[in-house]
Order: sequence, then structure tokens, then C-alpha cells
Amino acid sequence: MWEYTDKVQEHFTNPRNVGEVEGADGIGEVGSLACGDALKLSIKVDDNGIITDARFKTFGCASAIASSSALTEMVKGMSIEEAEKITNEDIANFLGGLPKEKMHCSVMGREALEAAIANYRGVILPMAEGEVVCECFGVTDLEIIRAIRESDLRSVEEITNFTKAGGGCGKCEDKLREILQQTVQGLEVEPKRAKKEQRMTTLQKIKKIEEVLEREIKPTLKKDGGDIELIDVDGDFVTVSLRGACAGCQSSRTTLKVYVEKKLRELVSDSLIVEEGK
Amino acid sequence: MDCGSDKVIYMDNNATTRVAPEVVDAMMPFLTDCYGNPSSMHIFGGQVGRAITEARESIAELLGAEPEEIIFTSCGTESDSTAILSGLQTFPEQRHIVTTRVEHPAVKNLCDNLDSLTGHKHRITRLQVEADGTLDLDQYRESLTEDTAIVSVMWANNETGVIFPVEEMAAMARERDILFHTDAVQAVGKIPFNLKETAIDFLSVSGHKLHAPKGVGVLYVRKGTPFIPFINGGHQEHGRRGGTENVASIVALGRACKLAGEKLEEENTRVKYLRDKLETGLLEQIPRSMLNGHKTERLPNTANISFEFVEGESILLHMDRYRICASSGSACTSGSLEPSHVLRAMGVPFTAAHGSIRFSLSVYNTEKEVDFVLEKMPAIIANLREMSPFWNKDDH
Repeated sequence: MWEYTDKVQEHFTNPRNVGEVEGADGIGEVGSLACGDALKLSIKVDDNGIITDARFKTFGCASAIASSSALTEMVKGMSIEEAEKITNEDIANFLGGLPKEKMHCSVMGREALEAAIANYRGVILPMAEGEVVCECFGVTDLEIIRAIRESDLRSVEEITNFTKAGGGCGKCEDKLREILQQTVQGLEVEPKRAKKEQRMTTLQKIKKIEEVLEREIKPTLKKDGGDIELIDVDGDFVTVSLRGACAGCQSSRTTLKVYVEKKLRELVSDSLIVEEGK
Repeated sequence: MDCGSDKVIYMDNNATTRVAPEVVDAMMPFLTDCYGNPSSMHIFGGQVGRAITEARESIAELLGAEPEEIIFTSCGTESDSTAILSGLQTFPEQRHIVTTRVEHPAVKNLCDNLDSLTGHKHRITRLQVEADGTLDLDQYRESLTEDTAIVSVMWANNETGVIFPVEEMAAMARERDILFHTDAVQAVGKIPFNLKETAIDFLSVSGHKLHAPKGVGVLYVRKGTPFIPFINGGHQEHGRRGGTENVASIVALGRACKLAGEKLEEENTRVKYLRDKLETGLLEQIPRSMLNGHKTERLPNTANISFEFVEGESILLHMDRYRICASSGSACTSGSLEPSHVLRAMGVPFTAAHGSIRFSLSVYNTEKEVDFVLEKMPAIIANLREMSPFWNKDDH
């Protein structure tokens, strides 16, 4: 027996917005009978791009029905742009969580919403263009990569829980592992590079700080008749001297901390501390 | 803890059964006063030893076997593993096994993992079933080879209740000196047995499927059949299964077998009548519903019915609101993502496999309960169909 939250049970027992919107502006259909769950979502959108009505028809288990019901409640009154940002986690959270084996039900909700929005806009979703990896459930590599990224998946089992891929004959397991490794490595490459840049020599650091002062900070201060000069760099401590109108300005400390330090942290190293030299 | 079991309509007896009150009475002394170890050489041990002997006799009687052919185990799964691995070790040069595509996971998954378990490569023939869940005996005959060590075919299927002609199949195996095992967990207590008249070498029984508690099983090993133990240890069960006897449960199983013998006729008359009434009523009242499994070659208590275009877990949860307990072959209830391997082997279309419900009755069910289920089911199915994108009322 699954442990469903009260909210899942409540939405399953009394589902909201069952049916089809008459004269729908967007329809999204995902899943199939063979897969064991399917959802048809129809939405009505007014001239201002606001979703005024949403209805669903679902074939599936309690969590699929509850996720569909939750989705329709969530999107009603939203603009298309807002609705577009709904993730499967949002749907699961709305319901107070789903058993991990049932997360694919919330993914199905998000996919139906995307399909309905795409249909409203008259465009074709890129997901359909990916290469089918799991033939049992017709899941493409693009869908899998997206799930890995969005839900921070770290095992083949989690991929199956979220996308169903690999849950049938299991033939694609190796392929899933490969996609997982590549996607996770891809995610880790970017932060690593950023960290490498932080580990610079003092000389590099000084050059970089000078560069940022010249390019970004001085022009801004000069607009207000002020100026700034680099005095010293000792480890992470950056000593500067404010000149011109800035010198003696009551808000100079604020300028230093809120603007100069923030800018240097952002563009040079996030551990820098900026102080004013006398 | 109060589970409220007196308020439920329990129709999931192929999953497990309630422990009969007579059985509870019989086992209680062995959980309280009579705590001796049957191996001990004092009065305590003697009393307990005698109770086990009696239990062994009751079980042998229900099976039409000799008491010394009965080995107590911890469950049906242990019995299955013991029998199959013993058979393979008896004929170490023979690496072929014949089984079916619809076995219980206890046999199915053992066969799937045999190579890594034994370190030897095995060839496994999994017999196909027909659309009604029955086996083709010609296909079986052709599958038997000189390399075949053991055949393992269930007596009755747990999901559909379909009965296989295991006696005939065992005789065919015997002709070729092949060992024959049958998982009779679902059949014992529901249909009559007389193992003396068969060529069956091994037979598995599970206590909790016939109103004894969970955690006790039996492996029948024909006198003269070579046997190699699975659990080695003490001299218990004449060295055939180590481990101190689960006395209370063994006594309970003995009592349950006696009861089952007494109620066998009721099972095949009154329970069968209730099952038929339920089945006919549902099929008549609910459009696009169908029976899974052979109409007559079937256990008297089981009805597996598919309701097209709706999903099993949703049906079960709505039934649960009326405290009707059954089970489903749908993907969502199994924890996997695919519907039951039994229904798929039978070629049940996906439109129906996901919406299959198994009702399995027992002597504790009443006609009033059947009427209540017949009253509630049509609306449950209709409501879910109303919500299903595949259901179009006008088409059906």
C-alpha cells in the first residue's frame, strides 16, 4: 500500500475540474493506455493571456488523478508565462509530496501543461524531437536529461521513478546510466571552472581587480564626481581609497560595501573584503 | 492494535487469509506454557515433539502423503527454492529447467537468478500459456530433454486461479527420469489432493494461504526422491532442514490443514457459488468487463476480472472506501511500471490488464457481502471511466 498524503487522497476522492473545456484554446495529451497512465489537459485562455479554465481527464492511479486535479487548481488564474514556470516538484509539493516511485505522475502533469501551452501557441515541443531511449514507455533522451537536471537525479532508479524510462524490459538501463553520467558531469564542469578561476595568484588577482575598477566601477563613480584608487591587495583584503566627491561623502562606506565590494566579489572572487585605506 | 478486520469485506484470500479462530486456539499454548524445545530430553520437549508429530500427520493426510514426506519450512518461497536447488544438485550435469511464464515470483525470480546463484549457466524453458491461461501439453512434451534436471510448474495460478494439469505433467516427467516440483501454495486447501497417486517429487505449501499464520510452510518430498538440504544445521526434520522448529506455527498449520479438509466440500460448493454469483453479476452489470482465465479449469474461490479503460489502483482505493479488499494486476499496485506478468503472458490487452481486479474468496465470505460488492462496483467503475480520456460512453 502506498503512503499517500491526506491531500493526495482528498484530490483523488474529490477530483476538481474533471472533464474537457468547451472550445479549449490549448489541449495537451500525454501518456497512453499501454503506459498505464494518460492525461488530457484542456485550458481556456483569455485575451490577456490568463488561464481562465482548466480541466482534465486522466487514466491512471490515485497519484495520477490527484496530480491532474492539483494541476488544474494551480493554473487557473495564472498567466501563461506564470504557468509555464510550474515544475513537477511544484505539483508534488502542492499535494504535500508523492511517494518517490510515483513522481512520474507529477512529471506527467507538467508535461501535459507544457503540451497544452505549446498547443495554445501553435508550436511543437522540442521533447518530441529527441531520440527515444526507453521504447517501452517512449521516453526521449531530452526528457531524461531534463529530469536529471531539474530534479537533481543521481541514479537510474531515480530516473525510472521520475520518467518511467527503464521501468519496462530494462534493456535501456546501460543507456540511461550513460546519459546520467554525461549529464551529471556536464553539470559539474561549469562550477569547477569557476572555482579554478578563484584560485589565482596575487598578481593575477591585482590585475583583475584593476581591470574591474577601470572598466566597471570608476565610470559609475565618476558620474557622481567621485573616483577610486587601488592601494593594496593582501590575500582577500582589498584596500582602496575613495577620491573626488566620494572622499568624505557620508555614504562612502555604503558605496564601498554595497557597490564596490559586491561588484568585485561578483567579477573577481567571492571571498574578497574591501576596506578603505586612510 | 485494532485493524477493524471485523468491518471489512475481505476478498483477497490469495494474498493471505485470516488465521482461523480454531487455529489461534490450537497454537496459543505453544506461545505461552508449552515453550519447550522439541529436541530437549525432558518432559517439556516430549510434549512439544508430540504436537509436531500430530501436525505432520494432519498435513500428510490433507495431501494424501506420508508424514515422513513432510518437511516444515519457513514459507512457500523457501520450499520452492529448496526443491529446485535440490533437484539441480541431484543432477549436476543437467542444466535445463522447464517452468512457465506465469509462475509466482518465488519460482520465477529464482530461475532468473540461477546462474549467478549457482555459478553455472542454465537453460530455462518458460512455457507459454494460451489466452485463457492454460498450458499446451504438446509444447511441454517437446520441451523435455535429456539435459532437463527438473520441472517446476505451479498447481494453480495465484492471479487467475487457473489450474494446470500437473499430475499428467509429472507423469510425463517421470517417464524421462526428470524431477517434478509444483508450487501448490494456492491450491492446497481449495481442491482435493492425493499425492500417493501422482508422480510429483516436490510440492510447496504456505501456511498463511490456508488460515494458518505467516512464517510457516511445508515442502513435500516424495519418499525415494533424492534430497539435498537448503538450510544446513541441526538434526531437525531428520537433518533435512536445520533450525529449531517454529512450534506454534507448525501446530497451527496442522490444525489449519485439518480444518481445510473438513471445509473442502464447502469451498467447492458454497464458496464456488458465491464466486460465480459475484463474477456473473459483475460481468453482466458492467460493460467492457471480461474474465481473465479459463472458466472452469480454475480454483473455486478466484475471479480475475478486467474493467477496460480504468486503472486498477484507482479501483482498489475506491473499493477500500467501502472496506472491500481485493487486489489488482495493474502496474501501479505492483510497484513496478508494467502490469502483471501473468496477464501479459496471456496476451490480455493493455486496455484491460491495467484495470484487472482479483477477487479471491474464502469460507468466511457471505452472500450478503457478495451482494454489497455487486451493488457498489458498477458506480466505482462508471465514475472512473467518466474521468478516463479513453472512455467514450457513446462508443460502448
